[in-house]
Amino acid sequence: MTRSRFSWHQLRDSQLFWPLLALALILLFNLFFTPGFYNVEIKDGHLSGFLIDILNRGSILMLLATGMTMVIATGGVDLSVGAVVAISAATATVLINPALATELISSEELIKDVTSTPLWMCITAALLIATLCGLWNGLLVSRGKIQPMVATLVLMVAGRGIAQLITHGQIITVYYTPYFFIGNGYLLGLPFPLFIAIFVYLCTWLWARRTAFGMFVESIGINAQSSFLSGINEKNIKLAVYTFCGFCAGIAGLIYSSNVKSADANNAGLNLELDAILAVVMGGTLMSGGRFSLLASVIGALVIQSTTTTMYAIGVPAMAASAIKGLVVLVVILLYSEQTKLVLTRVVERVGARS
Amino acid sequence: MTNKLKIDRKFMPLLATVGVFALLYLYGFLQYKGMRQPQAFFNLFINNAFLLITSIGMTFVILSEGIDLSVGAVIALTSVASAALLENYGMNPVLVIVLMLLMGTLFGGIMGAIIHFFKVQPFIVTLAGMFFARGMCFFISLDAIPIKDPLYRTMALTRIQIPGFERAFLSLSAVIAIVVLIVGMYVAHFTRYGRSIYAIGGNEQSALLMGLPVGRIKVSVYALNGFCSALAGIVFSISLLSGHGLYAVNVELDAIASVVIGGTLLTGGQGYVFGTLFGVLVTGLIQMLIQFNGELSSWWTRIAVGALTLIFIGVQSLFTSRRKKRQALGRASLIDVEAKTAVPMEDKLTTGSA
Amino acid sequence: MPDSNTSLLSMKGIYKAFPGVQALENVDFELQKGEIHAIVGENGAGKSTLVKIITGVERPDNGRIELDGVPIQAKSPQHAQELGISTVYQEINLCENLSVAENILLGREPRKFGRIDWRAMQAQAIQILRHLEIDIDATKDLGDYSIAIQQMIAIARALEISSAKVLILDEPTSSLDTHETEKLFQVMRKLKSEGLGIIFITHFIDQIYEVTDRITILRNGKLVGTYETAVLPRLELIAKMIGRVMGDFNDMVQIKLKSDKQRAGEPLLRARSLGHSGSIAPFDLDLYTGEVVGLAGLLGSGRTETAQLIFGIDKPDSGRLTMAGEEIKHFSPADSIAKGIAFCPEDRKADGIVDDLTIRENIVLAVQSNKGWAKRLNKNQQYELAEKFIKMLDISTPSADQKVKNLSGGNQQKVILARWLATNPQLLILDEPTRGIDIGAKAEIQKLVLELAEEGKACLFISSELEEVLRTSHRINVLRDQHFVAEFSDEVDEHTIMQTMAGGEK
Repeated sequence: MTRSRFSWHQLRDSQLFWPLLALALILLFNLFFTPGFYNVEIKDGHLSGFLIDILNRGSILMLLATGMTMVIATGGVDLSVGAVVAISAATATVLINPALATELISSEELIKDVTSTPLWMCITAALLIATLCGLWNGLLVSRGKIQPMVATLVLMVAGRGIAQLITHGQIITVYYTPYFFIGNGYLLGLPFPLFIAIFVYLCTWLWARRTAFGMFVESIGINAQSSFLSGINEKNIKLAVYTFCGFCAGIAGLIYSSNVKSADANNAGLNLELDAILAVVMGGTLMSGGRFSLLASVIGALVIQSTTTTMYAIGVPAMAASAIKGLVVLVVILLYSEQTKLVLTRVVERVGARS
Repeated sequence: MTNKLKIDRKFMPLLATVGVFALLYLYGFLQYKGMRQPQAFFNLFINNAFLLITSIGMTFVILSEGIDLSVGAVIALTSVASAALLENYGMNPVLVIVLMLLMGTLFGGIMGAIIHFFKVQPFIVTLAGMFFARGMCFFISLDAIPIKDPLYRTMALTRIQIPGFERAFLSLSAVIAIVVLIVGMYVAHFTRYGRSIYAIGGNEQSALLMGLPVGRIKVSVYALNGFCSALAGIVFSISLLSGHGLYAVNVELDAIASVVIGGTLLTGGQGYVFGTLFGVLVTGLIQMLIQFNGELSSWWTRIAVGALTLIFIGVQSLFTSRRKKRQALGRASLIDVEAKTAVPMEDKLTTGSA
Repeated sequence: MPDSNTSLLSMKGIYKAFPGVQALENVDFELQKGEIHAIVGENGAGKSTLVKIITGVERPDNGRIELDGVPIQAKSPQHAQELGISTVYQEINLCENLSVAENILLGREPRKFGRIDWRAMQAQAIQILRHLEIDIDATKDLGDYSIAIQQMIAIARALEISSAKVLILDEPTSSLDTHETEKLFQVMRKLKSEGLGIIFITHFIDQIYEVTDRITILRNGKLVGTYETAVLPRLELIAKMIGRVMGDFNDMVQIKLKSDKQRAGEPLLRARSLGHSGSIAPFDLDLYTGEVVGLAGLLGSGRTETAQLIFGIDKPDSGRLTMAGEEIKHFSPADSIAKGIAFCPEDRKADGIVDDLTIRENIVLAVQSNKGWAKRLNKNQQYELAEKFIKMLDISTPSADQKVKNLSGGNQQKVILARWLATNPQLLILDEPTRGIDIGAKAEIQKLVLELAEEGKACLFISSELEEVLRTSHRINVLRDQHFVAEFSDEVDEHTIMQTMAGGEK
């Protein structure tokens, strides 16, 4: 058996290769073009700098990518994660200060550092609602037999409305400091969201790889018919992955709202679905389903966050950066597409034949 | 008898939408004074002209079993680009309009080509297209650009009197939208191109084997939708007389919802352009009712539209699954046919074998 | 008999190879005007490749094709249509969401001032359908009609669009009942009388004798011969299809089946008038532990359908099934696996392997799904299991971590077998387990099946190779045209079984 021997081929075939290469390229780019990118200094007792910033902001994307990976591995997709982020953010912040959404209150009262619901309950409620959103998607896909894109589009349409229903159309600001820790806190000098993302990643990895769940997901994504004949319950597995994806989006919503200290139903998590899909695709999981690597998706998320941060650093306006992201998505997807591979193989063969 | 039932079934989603519209309108009519003016009805067209135009393009895309998430962004891009060209470069407005329409068509065509030739799912290509177009807006300008061009201003202020109604009028944009609607209905129903789109949406493999130029049609459907989005963008910038990258956010979702509420199947191949009109009217009416109500916030529109979309998708999936079941039990229906043809068949058999 | 002796389509010396397979080797085929010509053969005979070459889906590596004496080479199905060769497939390639009239005339609709003239289109469609003696409402959607009518409409389109000279009907009757089939035959006879050449592909022997004039038999990519239907006895047809020559009959296997073996007590599996309309007529079947029951029958005779019914892939619409004394209520593969049934499917690629997973993962898949996702076999157990079966079945691979898609067909088959043996089933259903694998491996698998029976497992063995069925089985059930027609449990020879498979006159 040659299980553990390192070889160039193995590295190249590994799902980690391309995202790592992309990450390296971006970091290399920054080495030359972004002054101060690698500066890490200690500020207020924790680390700070561009790299730390990437880890901090990238946490949300890592969480979403973790949840999205298995959804895509079954051959589906979840377009509603951005809306679920908004719903989760709205739920948690409203519970901290419900008065804010319903009545006019004095600014003195507003900025009081209190919560009207215990923090653990805010968090639980937000996660519960987000998980329900995921469950809803899962039910539509697995029981309703609706195409994943269509099923999750419904929540994409209505989700922000639901979030606004929760916040009564207000932008809810939070002044309760313990809540800030989720998105702004530091542990051992590193941003706290990073720890959450890593923790969720590890749990998911254990779930996928230390049980047979991951294998079933892959099996369904590769050949649903064979999986059915082997006795795998496709419906329940799909239900589980969509529910989990909602749960992850819920955590992301908590981090997001804590980070910006407010919840805006219109803009929280806006356009995050594409980033999450892109992270997973970069991690080498095919949109048609099959083999997946959670670690590769997480690295994919870092690649995207680094790209975004780099663009900000070199002065591209935040909104304009999405144009470049759109192009990157296309290029990556075209690179992975079977058609491109066919063309490339043909070219290589032709060159080979000539020499 | 069967014939009658059949027509009912085919038009059911459309009839349902018309019914929903009528009921909602009746409710508004009884409830709010403002809605008793004829102009209230025409305002639905005026306010939703751009949505109607883009939804008609979307109808064709969805009929071909595709989807386009980039339309809102293309509308925004058109508004920004045309504003910039008019104001910052002083370009001739007619030239600007032509340029914008070309840009939209090209943009859609490129996405269609990627979808078709690289066999990538439409939603991901157009999602990327949406990001690209949104981002490009901000490369052009970070802030809103007001349009002061006299032609645009004249177009914005043009009112077209409705014969037979006093003080009732349509805007130029609403008229454009209605023209697009009529052209769309004609194309869908009376041209080979339109029928081919239905065929592709029904069964692409079959369409290919039936000798239809599937690739060309699919690419052109996205180009057509790009054209409609750009036109919607022009109409949009005429009515607001400015351009900004944050305009028309989520319009793609409204357009898809309108198409679905209008009775078009998201799985392609079934639906009517005319239905889309009512989809848009229902969406617009919900918005109007919520405005008249005054107490409910505008976000109820999103939820109501989302819920309606879900109901229609649910009804559609029931519809298709029942059709499949009917087919599985197709023998029953064959007996009818057999009964009708039995006599001549027997005759033929005896003469044929003799 | 053909009306005239004029050749319409002639193919000479056709060769076609796919990676690893010589699909066609020096095959000749000739179709005359005004004849219905059957092409028959078992799996892998090459008939679908031959049809694909005629219809322009594939191109031959070598050979000459003439239509009306003119050399042709169809580049695509459309091109073939333009040349006058139209095909109607079992899966109807029309659009259910469009009206009948549109389906017939799509792409050449009558137009007036550039717009489609719906009324003229309706009228034209009805006229075409009348010609085929079908009287239906052409404005209705195609999807509102049964498969049988849809097939007629497909034929109408095929004739209308290309003014076809050659019409290929690819298993058109497989989902039709007798009444519908009869109607189709009437249409076929009518078209034949108009001088059309029809190629008819079917699994139903009775239908071949009912409607065709000549038969071309293929086997393993080679031409066995072309015969007049009227003078070819059924038995001989079957013998030729499964690779036997009449002269061989004397040397044929004559086996006394070891049927008396351990038939004591209750049967492990008992089916009583179990059936599924359209795929297998209600049947009775008893399976005892320790015995191998063979199912003999041609492709399409209902042998695979029987297996799918027992394994719970299709839900029966009549009858009862009892396993180990317990009646099965929920029909699903997962439930069947839990009850100790294993099913090794015929279509390795679509139903068997999960090609992007490793050998190890493929082998543990069914065991694991039965245990549930939470109780994962750890890596060591997985390797142990995988390596045990790699050794036992002699799967040639450098490691258990190879992806299954990199294996040869025979090795893939062994992996699937391993997946099912790993579940330690009480009843093993094997559907064509030796198809497409080399002789050595074949013998191994046959031996293995008998060993498993010795160990006390029951086995349902399906194969189109009669000799194999005879060698492996303790009892044999013969199927013909979706019916169980006979059971042999004593002395029997290949000749008798073939005769039963052929049916009709003795």
